[in-house]
Amino acid sequence: MVRARKAASKPRSSGSFRDYRDVVVTAPVTVPYVRHSIRGAHWFVARALSRLLEESGLEKPDVDGLSVGSFTLAPDTAIGLTQHLGVTLRWLDHIPLGGACGIVALRRALAAVQGGDAEVVACIGADTNHVDSFRQSLGSFSVFARDAVFPYGSGGPNASFAFLTAYYMRTYGATREDFGKLCIAQRDNALAYPHALFKKQLSMEQYLEARLISDPIRLFDCVMPCAGAEGFLVMSRRRAEALGLPYAIVRSTCERHNAFPEDPIQIRGGWVLDRDHLYGAAGVEPGDIDFVETYDDYPVMSVIQIEDLGFCAKGEGAEFIRRHSFTTDGSFPLNTSGGQLSVGQAGCAAGFLGLVESIRQLTGRNLARAVPHARFGLAVGFGMITYDRGLCSGAAVLGRADA
Amino acid sequence: MTLNSLMSLAADLASGKVRVVDLSQTLSPEFPQIVLPPELGQCWPFRIEEISRYDERGPAWYWNNFSCGEHTGTHFDAPIHWVSGRDLPHNATDTLPVRDLIGSACVIDCSREASADPDFLLTVEHVKRWEAVHGRIPARAWVLMRTDWSKRSDPVAFQNYDETGQHTPGPAAEAVRFLIDERDVIGFGSEAIGTDAGQGYHLRPPYPCHTYMHGAGRYGLQCLANLDQLPPTGAVIVCAPLKIKNGSGSPIRALALVPG
Amino acid sequence: MTAPLARPRRKNPVLRTPQPLLPPWARSRAALGLTAAAALGRFELQVCERCAAVQYPPREACHRCLCDALVWREQSGAGALLATTIVHHSHDLYFRERVPWRLGLVQLDAGPTVLAHLVAGCAPAPSRVWIGARLDKSGQGVLLAFPTEEVPNMADDRELREMSCDPKYRKVLVTDGKTRVGQATVRALIDAGADLVWVGYAEPWKKFPGFAELEALPQATLVPLDVTDSRSVKEVAAEIGGKVDILVNTAEMHRAHGIASRSGVDVARSEMDVNYFGLLRLAQEFGPVMRSRGADGPASATAWVNVLSIYALTNYPPQGTFSASKAAAFSLSQCLRAEMRAGGVRVINVFPGPLDDEWNQSVPPPKLSPEALAKSIVKALQDGVEDAYPGDVAQEWLARFRESPKTLERELSAAGG
Repeated sequence: MVRARKAASKPRSSGSFRDYRDVVVTAPVTVPYVRHSIRGAHWFVARALSRLLEESGLEKPDVDGLSVGSFTLAPDTAIGLTQHLGVTLRWLDHIPLGGACGIVALRRALAAVQGGDAEVVACIGADTNHVDSFRQSLGSFSVFARDAVFPYGSGGPNASFAFLTAYYMRTYGATREDFGKLCIAQRDNALAYPHALFKKQLSMEQYLEARLISDPIRLFDCVMPCAGAEGFLVMSRRRAEALGLPYAIVRSTCERHNAFPEDPIQIRGGWVLDRDHLYGAAGVEPGDIDFVETYDDYPVMSVIQIEDLGFCAKGEGAEFIRRHSFTTDGSFPLNTSGGQLSVGQAGCAAGFLGLVESIRQLTGRNLARAVPHARFGLAVGFGMITYDRGLCSGAAVLGRADA
Repeated sequence: MTLNSLMSLAADLASGKVRVVDLSQTLSPEFPQIVLPPELGQCWPFRIEEISRYDERGPAWYWNNFSCGEHTGTHFDAPIHWVSGRDLPHNATDTLPVRDLIGSACVIDCSREASADPDFLLTVEHVKRWEAVHGRIPARAWVLMRTDWSKRSDPVAFQNYDETGQHTPGPAAEAVRFLIDERDVIGFGSEAIGTDAGQGYHLRPPYPCHTYMHGAGRYGLQCLANLDQLPPTGAVIVCAPLKIKNGSGSPIRALALVPG
Repeated sequence: MTAPLARPRRKNPVLRTPQPLLPPWARSRAALGLTAAAALGRFELQVCERCAAVQYPPREACHRCLCDALVWREQSGAGALLATTIVHHSHDLYFRERVPWRLGLVQLDAGPTVLAHLVAGCAPAPSRVWIGARLDKSGQGVLLAFPTEEVPNMADDRELREMSCDPKYRKVLVTDGKTRVGQATVRALIDAGADLVWVGYAEPWKKFPGFAELEALPQATLVPLDVTDSRSVKEVAAEIGGKVDILVNTAEMHRAHGIASRSGVDVARSEMDVNYFGLLRLAQEFGPVMRSRGADGPASATAWVNVLSIYALTNYPPQGTFSASKAAAFSLSQCLRAEMRAGGVRVINVFPGPLDDEWNQSVPPPKLSPEALAKSIVKALQDGVEDAYPGDVAQEWLARFRESPKTLERELSAAGG
């Protein structure tokens, strides 16, 4: 990003937060996405675990911690996987938090390794997608959705984000072209990413004229549900170095659930409460961030995350969009592998997409185009729209090992 | 002698020399039944409910349950039916002598008068005029008042109600007294819904046919049909009510044997 | 601006009748409190007894202070429309065939933000609206945002008509048109826009007062119907059942006897034969075909109305056997409601207090006039409620019953002694 570069090691602010100095993330893997699969989620978890072992050179018994985010393992939870996949663990976590899975899994795994509860934690987000998976999952997503959303016909969060998009546009003067610019840039990024399900360029005309889903949301404002998996390993820095694995450092993380319950509509997320700590603990400022992986279930949420994470003031998102370019070679690289809007949303794997891409960018193991001179990246988690707003918000600032 | 005449009768029936005439209306839910003022107890109309019809309720058979009053459709009145006959011996359907249930019939044609005047009352003069042509009414005979009322297939016309009540023909009080005291008849039969005229309440005594007939241990028949197929004399009618314990009457299959 | 509903064209008989689909039906137990209130035409939300916080969506504990003493209280529904959307694509089969469908996000003045169906005529956001509750096609409570100003033809709004059982342009069977209640109902339905009203009457040989006037109404067709005669019911259903959109069962046998005041069971039996078995016969013959026509175009089969009595809720000893027969009918109507649900046909029970008729001659006022009862039937259809308690006596007895059924029983036994 074009700005004066500050000294990278600004003194970290102290306080009641974790210092992740000695635990790292490594071995970013992706199980290729497919629109529909006849396999169960267990298959995708198994493939991800296999790839993690391949990528890291570890053997299965070396992995003594497992964190799984999935919606389609039912009736199993993570425990069923232990016998299914033949792993014996000291630490186990099942995180059904959708788009926040990755950030939350990262935080739990870092704490487990730091605390000595596990040595190598595999963090995996995986979901299958059968022809009727999405429709079936809607009916049983949450009590509030069942009681107060689905009876109204929207079927999923489309209506809630249509409201938010309309409200945001009206309140702050954002236009559909603004959102379109983000989607088009992300599609450009995706064209270089081999696992993206969308392979064709997106024009502004196509974006604007696309099929109406829930006015003002149109087809390219929505993610495409699919099957797939993402994963990474968390271990001590010493272990990573002993294995000769390229790794990224987690400089800070944050997590918040049910922030701002008094807001009549979700115009801001929990990041507003946590950003000072996030940057303070990381020892960086927003200007130091070289790329941002937002959780882009809808373009309006990317804009809100950009505002809430301090890149511009609330309400100035549209103006920010107009000022910047978002491709990997642009002034504000955003969702550098395409984001779930262009890659696809493989259930909980979408909550890992940004983290996995961040690790790739910061270890030089890119599958998509590399952001030039990337030292610090920001991955954002968001999700679990159990009623009218995403309850979970989270973020992680990651840095290159030598930054 | 009796055995021979019975055997002759059987042979005549088989050969058609003696014809059987059906004097009963069909029992169906549409058939009107007598209606009393709303505060009083009512006679049930005929109702029928299927039990099964070659279906899952009974694969190889069809049958029904039905319900009705003792005085629904073509029916027989026993003496116990009226207050005047309540204490007589053998006055119920199960105790009355069965020999009373088959007898000769005298059919008095009032069809012309009844069509002109629905409230027509059969008088003593009328009976005597009939006897002048057809002979004296024998003892223990049935007297049937033919009015062709049974041809009124529309229930509205059959009941013939207006704001003052029902208007159907029947016997005058004196005529009933005459038939009992002077002719010793076994009973009176009508094609209308009651043996008494529709406006019988206003005669003196009210409902004289019921009052006198049952008071004298005689019987009544109502809703008869096909009386126009009977000769004025000579028909033998069969009108047996069900043997209901302490019954006041019952629907019957009334039949007449007539020369073929 | 709502365009007035156009008179539906005659149905093309060679086309397949669409199967009735239902909007999502599942609700938690707490959420059913909203349905229970909507069944009476009320919008209620849970309110915390300790801190007065209003809750939505419905829940098990106060979102502010965790107290579990949450009581359902009627709400004004006033609120601010934050945003609207028109759904063009839905995964739900019911809505899929009804898009585009308007929705609104409203912040109630009472606090919570609610998602609601948006009735046409609401000014674009930001604007004021008011939230009401209705039963949707699956019979569950849902919220609707209504405009604050009177809007012409509001009842014709597609989304609102889907929630109501409006008689406009529909064909109705009134099972007994001989009584004053029956005749008033026929007239009220015609005034409300019914296309055709079949008027049932038993014992055709007994002309009843008002017969000629009824026959003279162009929208009325008299049809012999005796609900005590299975075959009569079957024949009428065979003839017109496939066209009946609304069935209003006014057939009633009403006498004023307790147990000791009348010897023999014949009167009570007659009451049961009309009031309970009559309903059963009608339900068996008309129910299935009405249920299959729940989505049969704009004039679809939509409602079954039972004229019960407040005595169905609690026995009125001076009319004890009549009360029992109405209670039996009430219980059966709940069975009918469950069976008709799949077709999206609403079973509506009307529980009037004593009517101003001959058998209630000795009952002191207030008594409900047949015209008032007829009006309440039409209103229940237009509002799409499930239970209506017209008149002062019905309202008072309902309040007493809900507070304590046993206390009401004692209060009424004083009348029967």
